[in-house]
Amino acid sequence: MNVAEVYSSSIPFYAVFVSLIAVPLILLSSRFPNLREFWTIAASFLKFALVFTLLPDALHDRVAECRILEITPGIDLALKTDAFGVFFALIASGLWIFTSFYSIGYVRGLNEQKQTRYFASFAICLSATMGIAFSANLITFIVFYEILTVATYPLVIHKETPVAISAGRKYLLYTLSAGVLLIAAAGWTYSLIGTLDFQPGGMFGESAISGEAMKGLFLLFLGGVGVKASIMPIHSWLPTAMAAPTPVSALLHAVAVVKSGVFGVFRVVGFVFGPDVMAAHGLDIILLILSGITIIMASLLAFNEDNLKRRLAYSTVGHLSYIVMGAALLSANSFTGGILHIATHATMKITLFFCAGAIYVNVHKENISDLDGVGKAMPWTMGAFTVGAIGLAGIPPVDGFISKWYLGAGALESGEIIALMILVISGLLNAGYLFPIVHRAFFRSSKNFDGHGEAHPFMVVPLIVTAMASLLFGLAPNLFFQFYDLAVKISQSVIGGVH
Amino acid sequence: MIEQNLPVLIPVSFLFAALLIPLIGNWKQSSTYPLVFGAVGFAFFLSIYGLSRVLTDGAIHYQLGGWIPPIGIEYVLDPLSSFMVVVITGVALLVLVHSKSVVELELPEKLIPYYSIAMLFLAGLCGMVVTGDLFNLYVFLEISSLSGYALIAVGEKRSSVAAFRYLLLGTIGASFYLLGLGFLYIVTGSLNLADLAKILPHIYLEPTVIVGFVLMVGGVSIKMALFPLHGWLPDAYTLAPSASSALIAPIGTKVAAYVMIRIVLFVFEPNYFRDTLHVADIITWVSAAGILFGSIMAMAQDELKRMLAYSSVAQIGYIGLGLGMANPLALTGAVLHVLNHAFMKACLFLVAGNLRTKVGHSTISEFDDSLRKTMPWTMAAFSIAALSMIGIPPTAGFFSKWYLILGGIENSEWIFVAVILSSSLLNAVYFFRVLEKVYLRSKDTVDVHHAHNDHVKENQAVKRNEVGFSMLAPTIIFAIGIVLLGIFNAVLVNEVINLIIPAGI
Repeated sequence: MNVAEVYSSSIPFYAVFVSLIAVPLILLSSRFPNLREFWTIAASFLKFALVFTLLPDALHDRVAECRILEITPGIDLALKTDAFGVFFALIASGLWIFTSFYSIGYVRGLNEQKQTRYFASFAICLSATMGIAFSANLITFIVFYEILTVATYPLVIHKETPVAISAGRKYLLYTLSAGVLLIAAAGWTYSLIGTLDFQPGGMFGESAISGEAMKGLFLLFLGGVGVKASIMPIHSWLPTAMAAPTPVSALLHAVAVVKSGVFGVFRVVGFVFGPDVMAAHGLDIILLILSGITIIMASLLAFNEDNLKRRLAYSTVGHLSYIVMGAALLSANSFTGGILHIATHATMKITLFFCAGAIYVNVHKENISDLDGVGKAMPWTMGAFTVGAIGLAGIPPVDGFISKWYLGAGALESGEIIALMILVISGLLNAGYLFPIVHRAFFRSSKNFDGHGEAHPFMVVPLIVTAMASLLFGLAPNLFFQFYDLAVKISQSVIGGVH
Repeated sequence: MIEQNLPVLIPVSFLFAALLIPLIGNWKQSSTYPLVFGAVGFAFFLSIYGLSRVLTDGAIHYQLGGWIPPIGIEYVLDPLSSFMVVVITGVALLVLVHSKSVVELELPEKLIPYYSIAMLFLAGLCGMVVTGDLFNLYVFLEISSLSGYALIAVGEKRSSVAAFRYLLLGTIGASFYLLGLGFLYIVTGSLNLADLAKILPHIYLEPTVIVGFVLMVGGVSIKMALFPLHGWLPDAYTLAPSASSALIAPIGTKVAAYVMIRIVLFVFEPNYFRDTLHVADIITWVSAAGILFGSIMAMAQDELKRMLAYSSVAQIGYIGLGLGMANPLALTGAVLHVLNHAFMKACLFLVAGNLRTKVGHSTISEFDDSLRKTMPWTMAAFSIAALSMIGIPPTAGFFSKWYLILGGIENSEWIFVAVILSSSLLNAVYFFRVLEKVYLRSKDTVDVHHAHNDHVKENQAVKRNEVGFSMLAPTIIFAIGIVLLGIFNAVLVNEVINLIIPAGI
């Protein structure tokens, strides 16, 4: 394999901290909403532009590295923009732009309280997400992972209702416990091998570690990253966290936070343990079983939910485990599929959440049973919803098909027929719980929506754009951002072990 | 020239201030503050200077009265003691700046005696740290203890009871310590720490030495409030005036912890308490129990200061745990936690003081979200300190725990690793309980019969009611310090703490 060329650069540093710099500006301009929102928009464009400049290098195995400072003796707080990091950072920062516009429409449409805190927390969350994407080692990863946990809390409890507060408690209980497990795992790893740098193909190398220790360590890691990846049985914070405002659910609970979790799972599988160690100790089987159960169970539970956002949340739980399953199958195609699904699920699910929020702001309906005929009042919104629903069921030409195709191919490559069957069944279940909503929207009628039109353009335009993006990436996965090439490059580096 | 005198100048500057304040203050009360800040500022400057000299040139020895040790008394600034005096004087400087308004409010009549005693207290603490003589250490221990009792007893009505209880237990502790050093003196004929360290290894298994060692460790444990000998602490910290608890809580027990480290690791050899006597096991187990006990008790408290006091019991457990595990990583964690916890607890007690000054109470169940509007900066500082107590990176609290965890893993003591980690979650419970009230509980849901809420009722739009600059600045500096200590902890560990770790550990 070709060797990654490392050069030092401060671009990753700026990419991480640009939104953190925006935080004091947002706080200071709390009395001038337009100026305040300008900072958010400016930071989001700048962040995306900075990440985008890293893309060509990532495609040519050139890795920008930024050592910020020595955080504990022997371990640096360091950022490294390998292909995987750039991939995740592109998605999160790109979708932040749309979410920012959408948020403005949403919070102003609902006349929400404490908008300054809202936008400030959002900016911190994005800094933390970039930090997670670019972490060069486990300590850096943990630092940003914990910051993300804390910065998300004010967004979860934003409405300050008793429901939101208890959701916040549950969220903290789950995520702080996970953080503790991750710290224990990192400490143990450090004492075993004396390094915490992520390494494509695994950081353990030739070190002789007993099977029991490996299993214990893997379970600690899995507990650490599994909560945010909402693998069953540690998923239940996610549906509860739907008490948050919809843009938060859209970006954080469909993209940034939960994807940080699955990103972490991939880092652990591909860059901490590595496929060889995973297979040698049977760790892939643990992950495969857990993700398979989660996919089926979450899809079934989604049927039960009449609340639109909660149904989408269970759908998210299921789709996150697609990605986890991609990691667990340990084959080149499954890695590619899993990594691609990080991007494709992001575009589709953010569209669906945007739609749910637009409906809520416009007509104050949250339950699916109240949505009869909403498609006539809000044709663009529900049209976008339909695109997302088709994609999640894995039907071409929406981009969900692409990632699922590679996941299926990966399952065959690994000889796991059961995994393939789970994917197929889950596709049907997805259609089963999403298409009835489309059916209600367009083919039934009620008086709920008389006199209502589309929501504010600030909300409708972003959701149409993300729906279009889902379609475009389905037709041409390499368009603009070379997502497909990146995903292939990442999976090759993990399988082949670029050193 | 001044370098050679540094060790003695630090406690002496406090002693002088303690004498001058009543002398000049009775004649001219306004001179009190210049004297206080002059003394503590001077001592802080000397400590910093001393630390920098010690780091470059090695330990500084001062022979009191020119008598050569082991006959005479020796004062020593080595990396550990110079680190400790910097912590003590630095924290004291900020706390005393803060205390000006609090003392004027809470103890208007007792200004001069209060500051005089506070100076004596600091003289005692610094003396305990710099002295190289076991009996001289006892003298300073008594100075700091007696003045500590007085500082506590000037508080509310019930505080004299708390102070009396502390006096009884503290005297027992000090007596044990005195008895222990007597035993050692009988067999060795020396009181000098360095001298003892040379003599003792030859007679480790003498019953007298063993008994002396155990008596000293037991006595210091009481002063350190190591679980289950912490009984005096919660009442003392809660009922003392805010200024006193902010001064005593961050550094008082830490100095006792320093004495413990000094005796166990420097006067005796580390493997004596670890392998020969197995005292280390006892210390680690009671510390672990103390961590859980303190954290759980803290969850049950309704008074902020009492909650912080129980949290201190838990945090002392971290230091005990790091000491007992006795490997370089764990000890790094323990020493770092002395500093980190001093900053966190100082910040939190200053917040409690700010609340008492402006709101009139610090009862958690009566907190509501008017606080975040009236005192936004105080509450921001509280949030940072709370996150650090929970151990969220990159605040300081995370890193002391990180080293302790690494130390625990190195010894394969998984139970202690689990205790440290689970205590993070317990901390999260009792701090978020407060944060939730301060930031999320709307004041309509709170009972508004209390007098202190009356002014809130009058005008619906809550006005900013933040404490004055002299109180706010120290609070904020501690909060910023917590973050900086976390981010730059590697510098501290590499440059200072690595030099502290004794050989043979």
